[in-house]
Amino acid sequence: MSERAVSDQDRQGDQGQQGGTQRLTLGKAINLGLRRAMERDPKVMLMGEDIGPLGGVFRVTDGLQKDFGSDRVVDTPLAESGIVGTAIGLALAGYRPVCEIQFDGFIFPAYDQITTQLAKMHYRSRGKSQVPVVIRVPYGGGIGAVEHHSESPEALFAHTAGLRVITPATPADAFVMIQQAIACPDPVMFFEPKARYWDKAEVDLTAADELVGGPGAPGDVRATVARPGTDVTLAAYGPSVTTALRAAAAAESEGTSIEVIDLRSISPIDFAAVADSVRRTGRLVVVHEAATFLGAGAEIAARISEECFYHLEAPVLRVGGFHTPYPVAKLEEEYLPNLDRVLHAVDTVMQH
Amino acid sequence: MFTPDVDGVTTPVGETDDDLIQLLTPTGERVHHESYSPRVDHLDRAALEGLYRDMYLVRRFDSEATSLQRHGELGLWPPSLGQEAAQIGSGRAMSSRDYAFPSYRELGVIWTRGVDLRSTLHIFRGEDHGGWDPNAHNCHLYTLVIGSHALHATGYAMGIQRDGDVGTGDPGRDRAAVAYFGDGATAQGDVSEALTFASVNDAPVVFFCQNNQWAISEPTQRQSRVPLYHRGRGFGVPSVRVDGNDVLACHAVTSEALERAKAGGGPTFIEAVTYRMGAHTTSDDPTRYRSRAEEETWRRRDPLDRMRLLLEREGSPSEFFAGLEAEAEQFGAEIREYCHTIAAPPVERIFDDVYATEQSQITRERTWLTEYLAGFEEVAS
Ligand SMILES: Cc1ncc(C[n+]2csc(CCOP(=O)(O)OP(=O)(O)O)c2C)c(N)n1
Repeated sequence: MSERAVSDQDRQGDQGQQGGTQRLTLGKAINLGLRRAMERDPKVMLMGEDIGPLGGVFRVTDGLQKDFGSDRVVDTPLAESGIVGTAIGLALAGYRPVCEIQFDGFIFPAYDQITTQLAKMHYRSRGKSQVPVVIRVPYGGGIGAVEHHSESPEALFAHTAGLRVITPATPADAFVMIQQAIACPDPVMFFEPKARYWDKAEVDLTAADELVGGPGAPGDVRATVARPGTDVTLAAYGPSVTTALRAAAAAESEGTSIEVIDLRSISPIDFAAVADSVRRTGRLVVVHEAATFLGAGAEIAARISEECFYHLEAPVLRVGGFHTPYPVAKLEEEYLPNLDRVLHAVDTVMQH
Repeated sequence: MFTPDVDGVTTPVGETDDDLIQLLTPTGERVHHESYSPRVDHLDRAALEGLYRDMYLVRRFDSEATSLQRHGELGLWPPSLGQEAAQIGSGRAMSSRDYAFPSYRELGVIWTRGVDLRSTLHIFRGEDHGGWDPNAHNCHLYTLVIGSHALHATGYAMGIQRDGDVGTGDPGRDRAAVAYFGDGATAQGDVSEALTFASVNDAPVVFFCQNNQWAISEPTQRQSRVPLYHRGRGFGVPSVRVDGNDVLACHAVTSEALERAKAGGGPTFIEAVTYRMGAHTTSDDPTRYRSRAEEETWRRRDPLDRMRLLLEREGSPSEFFAGLEAEAEQFGAEIREYCHTIAAPPVERIFDDVYATEQSQITRERTWLTEYLAGFEEVAS
């Protein structure tokens, strides 16, 4: 179902404008990134449910069908396996399809196509077949939605070799990263933090062009230091980066200096950036909304324990979802890694 | 004839459609149909008034819930406005032993199963994922993942076969399952697979597709280039297209399909041609994708209006309508009041019922959260 108050995205912010810095919502930044990618490469096309006249249930594709036509912005039948499966075929024919899955919980009809076909095409053809498909997935909770609309399935895809799994946390990153994802020759799972779609920040619309073809991009998305600090490293991604930054601001008033690392990519994970930080702070807390059990944080904790054993002053802690289905909206505040739980973990590692 | 409209503008199926089963016109006149009329001829005035009452109260509940959402009491609401005849007509054709598998807009169906409609408020208030005991009503929970329950209904029907509850000729014993889904759902692989399984197994299942013309913003023509009921035929499943705003026709075709299923004749696919008069959900903005004129056309085919015209013609007294209105008023007030009493569940509910038996991972996490939250209380006191 299309759910949850999805008011029209901020309509200001000039669609045609090519440069300069603008204050944009994360949703609008992705919209402009898609637009830029479509202008740059005529083989880029969008497909998904309700992405045409409606502009998607989150309005991320707003106005694109009007400007690029219904051959390049395709309202597909209601069939996720069909969307991804045909995107694979289109990619084999030289197109660069960008699929929208309406909500995280509805990706599973496509799970077979993604994991058994898309992820393995390059490997089994020994590099002869490239499938540069991007799959955009609004994910995560905190918007008071009904069942299947708040899930964080990224680890399931990160566990599958052959897929790149990335997630922006800010409008500026969203604008650049969607273009990098589309330019990437590998399949990319592009997880969009839906609770942050309406967050606004400055977006540099000129920087993107170099970054899309810049060093490391588009294949390898590096982590960034979202806020420097000296006592504890908080590693987060997607929607949790904002929570981590809020925690850092709150901890500062109590005299604890937190460094926030925005991972930006879950596969590959930029372990070097995390290890660098941990060597300076000696403490690590990983934050994500997905269940901690066998989640991305488990991998990071294991790897950092291995690589930074002698630098760690405390065990690596994780703050995340529980090993339960995503609960009803009335309980999601207790389920999600909120500010209090993050600070609790920070206090715990500081006590060592 | 069905003409796919390439411009993406829906051409509502008109009354001129030869294949469309209709027993009651939009102006409230009865239409004779050789094989289907006898299935509703036995309905006396009281029975017809009963069907009207069903539709009227369900509509009242729906409008009350829609306004509760507008007042911030519900997170979301999927209105069923306009689809009452399809839901009540088909739902009332089931016996208590049949099993319904609804989608997420099936107020009328769950009403006919005896489910307290107020249960749905728990779902959309973010308090419960289900809301009722499926086995107490032979009515499965709402399913939000499009099309997946078509397979569950088919599997359930295969279970009925294995229990020997098909073709015994004993109406107290024979049973069937009914799957409810929309026009968009027919594009899902799961629905095609359900048709395949039902067909090759002769499963006693009825696929009841409410073609309400829209899957959120996409018209039916974006899902199919043939009329939806032709889909069933391609799988070897007898298929019929019915006026979904005609409660009598929906009742008749469903009762025929159920009779065949229970006799061992296998599945049926029913396409009920109707219209979603409201938004897809309260988050949706239909002005972005459909015209006022289209909505107006369908408003003239309102399923309740035509039934009222029939009842007036058959002599229902004005007291009947006045009484019903008063009943609906009272019902509306109860719904509002009830909604306000729904409290947030206790935090431990997060961990309840994940598994049927204790699982150490869950126990550990429940203990952790309970102790963690207790820490706050200590600080506060
Ligand atoms: C597998 C899946 N994909 C997408 C969605 C999002 N969604 C919810 S309702 C809907 C449209 C359904 O249309 P239809 O089947 O015609 O039923 P209607 O809502 O019209 O009753 C969509 C795309 C979903 N719930 N499940």
